Amino acid sequence: MKDKLLSRFKEDVSIVLCGEAGQGIQTVEHILTQTLKLSGYHVFSTQEYMSRIRGGNNSTLVRISSNRVSAPVDRIDLLIPFSPGAVRHVQKKISPETILMGEKKIYGNEYQEERAIDVPLSEIASEVGGRIYSNTVAVAVLAGLLKVEREVLDRYLRHYFSGKDENTIHKNLEAARRGYEVSDELLRNGKLQIDLVKHNDIKEEILIDGVEALAMGAVAGGCNFLSFYPMSPSTAVAVLLAQYSKEFGIIVEQAEDEISAINMVIGAWYAGARGLASTSGGGFALMVEGLSLAGMIESPLVVHIGQRPGPATGLPTRTEQGELLFALYSGHGEFPRIILTPGTIEDCFYLAQKAFNLADQYQVPVFILTDQYLLESHYNIPSLDPIRNPLQKHFVETNQDYKRYELTEAGLSPRGIPGFGEGLVVLDSDEHDEEGHITEDLDLRTKMVNKRFKKLGLLMKDIIAPELVGPKDYETLIIGWGSTYHAIKEALRQLGTKDVAFLHFKQVYPLHPDTIAYLQKAKKRVIVENNGTAQFGQLIRLRAGFDMDLRILKYNGLPFSVEGLGEQLKSVLD
Amino acid sequence: MNTKWFDMGEIDIAWCPGCGNFAILNALKQALSELEIKPERLVVVSGIGQAAKAPHYYKCNLFNGLHGRSLAVATAIKAANPQLIVIDESGDGCMYGEGGNHFIHSIRRNPDITNIVHNNMVYGLTKGQASPTSLQGFKTPVQREGVFSEAFNPLSLAISLGASFVSRAFAGDIDQTKEIIKKAITHKGYSLVDIQQPCVTYNKLNTYQWFKAKTYYLDSSYDPHDRIEALRRAAEVEKLPLGIFYLNPRPTFEEKLGVYQERKDPLYTRSPDLKKLSELIDLKRGP
Repeated sequence: MKDKLLSRFKEDVSIVLCGEAGQGIQTVEHILTQTLKLSGYHVFSTQEYMSRIRGGNNSTLVRISSNRVSAPVDRIDLLIPFSPGAVRHVQKKISPETILMGEKKIYGNEYQEERAIDVPLSEIASEVGGRIYSNTVAVAVLAGLLKVEREVLDRYLRHYFSGKDENTIHKNLEAARRGYEVSDELLRNGKLQIDLVKHNDIKEEILIDGVEALAMGAVAGGCNFLSFYPMSPSTAVAVLLAQYSKEFGIIVEQAEDEISAINMVIGAWYAGARGLASTSGGGFALMVEGLSLAGMIESPLVVHIGQRPGPATGLPTRTEQGELLFALYSGHGEFPRIILTPGTIEDCFYLAQKAFNLADQYQVPVFILTDQYLLESHYNIPSLDPIRNPLQKHFVETNQDYKRYELTEAGLSPRGIPGFGEGLVVLDSDEHDEEGHITEDLDLRTKMVNKRFKKLGLLMKDIIAPELVGPKDYETLIIGWGSTYHAIKEALRQLGTKDVAFLHFKQVYPLHPDTIAYLQKAKKRVIVENNGTAQFGQLIRLRAGFDMDLRILKYNGLPFSVEGLGEQLKSVLD
Repeated sequence: MNTKWFDMGEIDIAWCPGCGNFAILNALKQALSELEIKPERLVVVSGIGQAAKAPHYYKCNLFNGLHGRSLAVATAIKAANPQLIVIDESGDGCMYGEGGNHFIHSIRRNPDITNIVHNNMVYGLTKGQASPTSLQGFKTPVQREGVFSEAFNPLSLAISLGASFVSRAFAGDIDQTKEIIKKAITHKGYSLVDIQQPCVTYNKLNTYQWFKAKTYYLDSSYDPHDRIEALRRAAEVEKLPLGIFYLNPRPTFEEKLGVYQERKDPLYTRSPDLKKLSELIDLKRGP
């Protein structure tokens, strides 16, 4: 007998997995997204979690779609609770349409009977061989509902558990089989109907998160030295580079503090390596003195700041775009810098790669600003090509007359490194002469300041232009930077407004000269930022001379969702 | 000894006449010359203070960075290019005060660098405040009733951390200071050379005469491999021993780095294996 149809999904399903830290939700997310991708669906996943190792309530959103999806939604189509507090944790996002699927003994009476599907996951797992298999059962039920071929899940489970013994692999495959029995039954009795379209070419795409893309981009950019002090959400970058260390020849050193870390990175650049300082806002606060040193000695430097809400310790595991003005104004004294702000996973890779070449070429600090949301979001993309932008090394072999700070017509002094050539490479954090020795010649001081700032003019030719999404003859211009790219884009697409365009910046400083023309053309300018004070709006005011007509800001520690932003945009566009 | 490789010619030196720094500069230049080290292969890292200016007065590759941060820089330079000879030269305030945390952890890390500390027990460049090594009771315009804090004992700390090479010299004895510096440079691993020196302008307590009366050399019967004895000698304050207190040969930071297991060339000669990276990216397609 057919049951009443609870829901039908044709294009896009959002699944939320919710439970305590340590329950294996990340494993479920990992296996599920991988198999969905391998089966031909577009997938996107992101997490919100508490700053603790066990317990609490964390949730992971998995979006599965017939179309490319790369932004979070608030909507929950299927809620999978792993702990008793799960329903309450996501209560605000539960709608009358939400279906809960899980164990009755976990959700109890917290959910309306008619929209809950009781699946005895741990009971099935115990029959297979232990409760430990209940996550695999859960993955299989979901994969089955989404019509992932059994063979695809089995193949992935074999791959995932390849380091384990044969019995473990066997039990997991058995757990998967039992999970498929459940989903077959649910589909047969007609409670759920999921008819998303698969695309063959997606099977060949890569599924990757921001951290991986950033770390791989750094490798592609020749990064071979990292010194860091652990701090969420940037630690994952160091962990990955440590993992790549042997294969790609990267020195990874956990320093005693961030002060040491950045000084090591600058020392490594001096000796001809390509160093990365990766941290979060609080760690960068300690690095600021070192940043200023890099400015003075004209050292190349790449600083990655994985932003999280401050001030001080703030919300350690949450997200914010709060460090733009800090990165811009950090460091005592005046010196040029570059600030890159990746908006997509592809940007994480290509901008990290580019950062090393820019730093080396212009002898300036280059910032990469990401955030917890971007670093920890996964989605499928066609691929990444490390060869597209060739590595350029910009140091020179020195001769006996070498002067590190030679005043040249072009502006840049060729950068030598010690031990390569016959010259001596002399640097000083004091104001220095052309050789690099300490000086108090005040005319020379003026020349040296001018020389340092001449680089700002030179690097203008490499500034990345903002991307205009939408009609060229817009009346309203939405402005954003960094990780809000996909959320703004999807929200606008859903609104379907005709005279609204979106201008996205993946480099916020120096500001691209085209910015002024874009802003001038708009009748209404709306800035969207994941912070409390519209920091980029302030920068535009200062550098381009335009005020924003409206500001859409979010600073509760969570990223913009497509619907949430859509509603805010709708209210300002009407 | 002819120190011509390192001579700078006519330069303006910012030290006071009679400063102990001159003797240390002299001893160091002689040590480097006798070891036949070429300035091009030598990198000296320094911080801020009168002592930190020293490497501006002899030929070398020089990284005169921030106050207190020189050890981090020196460690990284040696790690990025182990073929360079790296000396970290600065004063007691720089190394033991502002850079105290880096001092501790550099000893633990054990990079093959020589750490020369000009220790005059006072802040000279900022005009006479107490330093971490100032003796209790030492009066300054700031510590008006005399220094209250216990004096920092760099040797005791270094020995207790298992430093690879720990020594103390006295600037008043150029020959012996040179010999100790030579041993420190040729020693594989982190070597501390704490050089006691007078500050003729701001330290009227620890003068040449004071040091002469208060110091003695460890004799040939002394075994620098005995850690407990080394700690005992380092704790002596009535008479300050000079010489090599402690030797603890152990693998260096660079030796343990994975990047030098299969090849020895410095990092600047290398480029990433982009083909291998493409393969790594391809793995993200899934099995």
